[in-house]
Amino acid sequence: MADLGELKTLIEEALPGATAEIVDQGGGDHLAAVVVAPQFAGLTRVEQHRLVYAAVQDRFDDGSIHALALKTRAPEAT
Amino acid sequence: MSDTLTMSEQEILDQIQQETSQNRVFLYMKGTPEMPRCGFSNQVVQILNHLGVEYGARDILVDPRIRVVLSEWSDWPTIPQLFVDGKLVGGCDIVTEMFQDGELQGLLGAE
Repeated sequence: MADLGELKTLIEEALPGATAEIVDQGGGDHLAAVVVAPQFAGLTRVEQHRLVYAAVQDRFDDGSIHALALKTRAPEAT
Repeated sequence: MSDTLTMSEQEILDQIQQETSQNRVFLYMKGTPEMPRCGFSNQVVQILNHLGVEYGARDILVDPRIRVVLSEWSDWPTIPQLFVDGKLVGGCDIVTEMFQDGELQGLLGAE
């Protein structure tokens, strides 16, 4: 069972300036997240996803997450 | 496609590098394009077929070492994995999102 608030914090601390919205898609361990981060600019989606997965790897390793579906993008240029 | 069962892990890696460099579009999947054995793999096959692009594919289920060697090399944990021009584009979620955005069509030159 994942702590959604903790995951949000893990992602936002790993990627300063990022915002992460996480929802439970069922059972507490199949999650989906939308992450917007300035670090994503110029990266492929694969590279963006790797950054997010790296931030929460410990929660995969300890079994509190089984799946995390991601949507990632860089913030709109202002 | 040659059989991997008599290959060493190094030879499997060599083959992966060859497949992804010699085919503009290459898909590692569970099952075959004709008979996918996983919903996620099937979805990527459906998208590629819909776009009418030519692609090569390898069934990773025929030898469990293919998946291990592939994921270690690509630094991507799940199957399917779609490669274009030798670079990992993504798995089912990313490919689907790029298809819906029209980005995949641009990448593959299939408008």
